Amino acid sequence: MSTAAPTKYGTEFARTSTIRLPKWYNMFFTFLGLVWLVIAFYPVLYMIMTSFRSEQGYLMGIPWLPTLHPTIQNYTTVLQAGFLHYFLNSVIVSLCTVVLIVGCSILCAYVIVRSKTKTVQTVFNVFLVGLALPIQAAIIPIYILITDLGLYDKLIGIILPSVAFGLPLTILILVNFVRDIPNELYESMGLDGAHDFQILWRLVLPLATPALVSVAIYDFVQAWNNFLFPLVLTESTSSRVMPLAIVSFQGQYTMNVPVTMAAVILSALPLILAYIFGRRWLLRGMFAGFGK
Amino acid sequence: MLLPAVLFFAVFALFPMIIAVYYSGLSWNGIGAAKWVGTANWTQAMSDGEAWMALRLTIELMVLSWIFQTPISLLIGVFLAGKQRHRAVLGVFYFVPLLFSSVAIGVTWSYILNPNFGLVDSLLKAVGIGNGTENWLGNVHLAMLVVSMIIAWQFIPFHSLLYQSGAKQIPDSLYEAARIDGAGPWSSFIHITIPQLKYTVVTSSVLILTGSLTYFDLIYVLTNGGPGEATTVLAMDMYKQAFANQNIGLGSVLAVILAVAGIVLSILTLRFTGFHRMESQLEGM
Repeated sequence: MSTAAPTKYGTEFARTSTIRLPKWYNMFFTFLGLVWLVIAFYPVLYMIMTSFRSEQGYLMGIPWLPTLHPTIQNYTTVLQAGFLHYFLNSVIVSLCTVVLIVGCSILCAYVIVRSKTKTVQTVFNVFLVGLALPIQAAIIPIYILITDLGLYDKLIGIILPSVAFGLPLTILILVNFVRDIPNELYESMGLDGAHDFQILWRLVLPLATPALVSVAIYDFVQAWNNFLFPLVLTESTSSRVMPLAIVSFQGQYTMNVPVTMAAVILSALPLILAYIFGRRWLLRGMFAGFGK
Repeated sequence: MLLPAVLFFAVFALFPMIIAVYYSGLSWNGIGAAKWVGTANWTQAMSDGEAWMALRLTIELMVLSWIFQTPISLLIGVFLAGKQRHRAVLGVFYFVPLLFSSVAIGVTWSYILNPNFGLVDSLLKAVGIGNGTENWLGNVHLAMLVVSMIIAWQFIPFHSLLYQSGAKQIPDSLYEAARIDGAGPWSSFIHITIPQLKYTVVTSSVLILTGSLTYFDLIYVLTNGGPGEATTVLAMDMYKQAFANQNIGLGSVLAVILAVAGIVLSILTLRFTGFHRMESQLEGM
């Protein structure tokens, strides 16, 4: 992808896209790359291998090699231990959180871009300050508030504060995106007599779809992995979500590592599937906060 | 149309944040009657050294996280930005840790490092290093180091992706010009790649620092703040005080310190790096 000027060296540059490295140099880096492959991926491989071991096989066998007698017993144990219920709880919490965050944010972003009044800009600035507020700093009053509202140990009690803390970044990203829609498009729709909701529905939403998908993925991953809110705001098994379920499996099957590893794999299943079938979308979503 | 967002944010984020300041002046177990004690919690937290200890450990974690993550992420990012096909394939595997939650990662590593049946000890024993019973997370001198290495394992994929897209945007013409001047690979890495990645280094560093300020999930699962107090960072200390010791006042003191640290860090970032300039550098990611 050379953009070099057509000098007498031009054609040569076009062939070597970057600086030409000696052969041993490339081999050395490939070697380092393989070392990092082991560091980064081997622990994941260990999770997968262990999840197919029997309990005795785990304590007796060689832990760093795959087992000779794989079993799916651990997965059935996890499923019978109420896993589906916890999984469903996580799905409900994550989906509700995402829908509420994205819904509120797109409305808010539209107003922030379209209205230049002082109040609206102040609201935007408050959300920007909100980016700096750590969840941990507000968790104690949130716990008291949720308890007072009678929402302790209910899924909605996790959803509400999760929405609040997901808003600032989502709004910031959507504002950046909506701002890029050319003004002429708004004006031409305005001339046709369309009011705000029609403009939002027929113009902004279709154009902003890629951004909406990205932030939705980002917010979903955040909600799916969130640990502090469920830890503090729920206690019973009926409202238990995935991350808490893993911790309780670990406590319950202290010595039975394979069962816990099966739970770990299943807990990451939505993201693993998304990575296999839509890697670009997933990675773009995870970086929603850092680009347009 | 602003109302839903503003309402959510005010009730469940902004209002609790302000209330935390009020709670820090209470003597309260969260259930019974609360008593206003003014600055007593603050003086207690400052004088018995607990808050300072937690703050020191938090800063230690921030520094260790930066040292472990930045150079490796930068190298991997530049490596992956190369056009060789096998590098793209390696990248697919490098990013897999991103798919697991902190809790999942914490549980897995606590098994890998387990002194009785863990992977690391049995591997070390097999190659003849040590006696295979080192308790990595139970050793006061090692715990923080090991925790920050696991955090690095979790987040290096994320930061190397940042560096990869930064490095891909460096114009090839710069390298070509350097080659004409006779620069070798090493000197073009130092004089072109690093300066061109300046803004990515800033973004990534800010994310590492703000992230490790509030790191909680993984520490909770791996060490629960122990052994002793060796990994009781601010967020952990706040959780223990408020929800294990039922000392809402002292917990809130730590929460306010955490919030102030977060805001100070963001202001410093805005002041000294010019975040707006940085954002334009990241366009098209």
